[in-house]
Amino acid sequence: MNVKTPIYLDYSATTPVDPRVAERMCTYLTPQGQFGNPASRSHVFGWQADEAVEEARRNVAALVSADPREIIWTSGATESDNLAIKGAAHFYQKKGKHIVTLKTEHKAVLDSCRQLEREGYEVSYLEPEANGLLDLEKFKQALRDDTVLASVMHVNNEVGVIQDIEAIGEICREHRIIFHVDAAQGAGKVPIDLQTLKVDLMSFSAHKIYGPKGIGALYVRRKPRIRLEAQMHGGGHERGLRSGTLATHQIVGMGEAFRLAREEMDADNERIMALRNRLLDGFKDTEEVYVNGDLDHRVAGNLNISFNYVEGESLIMALRDLAVSSGSACTSASLEPSYVLRALGRNDELAHSSIRFSIGRFTTEEEIDYTVDLVRSKIGKLRDLSPLWEMYKDGIDLNSVQWAAH
Amino acid sequence: MKLYLDYNASTPLDVRVLDAMTDCLSGTAGNPSSTHQFGRAARARLDTAREQVAALVGAQASQVIFTSGGTEANNLALHAVRSGRQPARLAISAIEHPSVLEPARALVAQGWQLDLIEVDDQCRVAPGALIEKLYQDTRLVSVMTANNETGVIQDIAGLAEKARSVGAVFHSDAIQAAGKMVLDFESSGVRLMTLSAHKIYGPKGVGALIVDKSLELEPLMVGGGQEKGFRAGTENVAGIVGFGVAAELAKTQLAERVTHSRRWRDRLETGLARYPEISVFAKHAERLPNTVQLAIAGIDGETLLMQLDRAGIAVSSGSACSSGKTGPSHVLTAMGVDAELARGAIRISFGRDTTEADIELLLATLGQQVKWIQKAGQAAGW
Repeated sequence: MNVKTPIYLDYSATTPVDPRVAERMCTYLTPQGQFGNPASRSHVFGWQADEAVEEARRNVAALVSADPREIIWTSGATESDNLAIKGAAHFYQKKGKHIVTLKTEHKAVLDSCRQLEREGYEVSYLEPEANGLLDLEKFKQALRDDTVLASVMHVNNEVGVIQDIEAIGEICREHRIIFHVDAAQGAGKVPIDLQTLKVDLMSFSAHKIYGPKGIGALYVRRKPRIRLEAQMHGGGHERGLRSGTLATHQIVGMGEAFRLAREEMDADNERIMALRNRLLDGFKDTEEVYVNGDLDHRVAGNLNISFNYVEGESLIMALRDLAVSSGSACTSASLEPSYVLRALGRNDELAHSSIRFSIGRFTTEEEIDYTVDLVRSKIGKLRDLSPLWEMYKDGIDLNSVQWAAH
Repeated sequence: MKLYLDYNASTPLDVRVLDAMTDCLSGTAGNPSSTHQFGRAARARLDTAREQVAALVGAQASQVIFTSGGTEANNLALHAVRSGRQPARLAISAIEHPSVLEPARALVAQGWQLDLIEVDDQCRVAPGALIEKLYQDTRLVSVMTANNETGVIQDIAGLAEKARSVGAVFHSDAIQAAGKMVLDFESSGVRLMTLSAHKIYGPKGVGALIVDKSLELEPLMVGGGQEKGFRAGTENVAGIVGFGVAAELAKTQLAERVTHSRRWRDRLETGLARYPEISVFAKHAERLPNTVQLAIAGIDGETLLMQLDRAGIAVSSGSACSSGKTGPSHVLTAMGVDAELARGAIRISFGRDTTEADIELLLATLGQQVKWIQKAGQAAGW
């Protein structure tokens, strides 16, 4: 088989920039191109840059059926999450100081909530069900009179499950609670219609859907109008919500990525889903393999699997030819088991032996087949060396074993 | 062909910067936080850029915190010193960029006391003016290294020493100064320094805060632990790589750029001296070699901008960030410039690609404006 290794299967961590996006970006980078400061109102260099920024805003808005005036540029989804959560909590603090979120949110949401806790806010971190989905009844029960904000992600970065943001939005609107959705992993992969969804704030990232790193956006609803306390002050860009010179080429890149996503999402999803099914099918004869997270309510490109009785670090070492992740990239440098898998009730062993395969626009069938063969053979070898596997095969219940302390 | 003389607002990208960025944007660039090969390659690129940026300002690579630009870095500097403690006092020069003044005002809303440091008629912060605004509980002093409108350079080392005497952290916005004069973080006494890439032929959307790591600082953005916990969010790899290359070029070409700019500025100002109607602001202060702020008595700034635009010359009426606004510049107001004259101010800032012919065209166009004013004056029987 002629496959170039390592194979990139980490599209949830970041995606390559689509060549069509890169090309558009470069026209705004060359000295012959439009390098003006979009805030320069006194010359044509500034006007041209401003026009490009507004076209991109329309493209981002169109993917999610929003009004372009509801899109605020940021430096990425992390900034969007910070601005949405702290900005709304601070602005509406007289309404209440209680926030509801999920234990499986991205760190940008969780750490923003932690910061608010230090300022005297109260946060309820809800546990999802074993399949990764939020139980709507439990969500309702967590709401209080002083709940001001709820933050639930659209698609989970590790296990790829899609939350029912439509239903959660209805509940929030009924209780007059501001609803924020981190859609960094959802936009461009799952249809989003902000005309019908009762979402007030939504975070977007470019580099998860073939745009550049370092650019994102926050959707801020106009009707009913949501207000925020700005986190960055200065020249008053982005209607005062986010100051700072706009990076024209970055914004153009995000606009183009979102435009392409709108055009190609259906075709991409169909192809990617077929590849994911092919990958999963490849393991159907392998024993003690567990898919983490619900398979039906799930984004096409994600497959998160635990290989029981295989030691996590050895697995990663054995799979050096694959660029995959053993947790979210932001925390993968640590050896702690994934907090998302723990929240789904997976034990440390299963969490440690998990691999997130994420498939994207440029993944090929040959790469998937190579991956299946490689993983199957390495799992077999590692289990041959594993005393735990041997005990399991001998029918010993490992949970009942009393390990001697060293 | 348009003539661009607004380099303090933004600069065109250097082709070498573009090449480095294009390289990052093609192929599979990983997330620098990923531990696999693609991630490690991206991380290595960040490390190189960190070295390059540090070298430009005489800092250590470990002191560089990359941000989404100068505005974020300035906001981070002002936010950072809060660090869970009780509100105290801030001393900020009256001529700071809005990205320093506005977060300072936001701190006032949280109970901080803001003391504005005055400047003299040449846009300089005198040591005495700073001392007047220093108190035992002054936690932060912020004075920009060089002003974006007038180009005036402050005695940063002297001011930083005064700040240290009361135990205040000294921050300096060096966005306009970088690449136009020698900066040395280590010896300057500055403990927080702001930089931006797009003012030195690098890309927009990337900047840095240089930090003295002995300071206890609170991050502005959290979640993910990037930049040693000071600044969360997936790094803008292509932008940072571009910043690195731009910084390296700025360092190697510094002397050449300064000589080049100074020659055109002297030529311009000698030419302007013929017209008593034209005032050059802060003429007697030490200034950046590329910046000239001026006004023609009797012409409103917006009108002058339009006339220059008609002649194909792009300049600005102040900082681009507030271009949408009217009213005299806060910098000129702080210098005590008469409001009417201040309303006529335009900023000319040139760069590496500016030629003698450009300067001659500018001089001729300004000269025409003066003649027009003189004629109008005569017709009105002044």
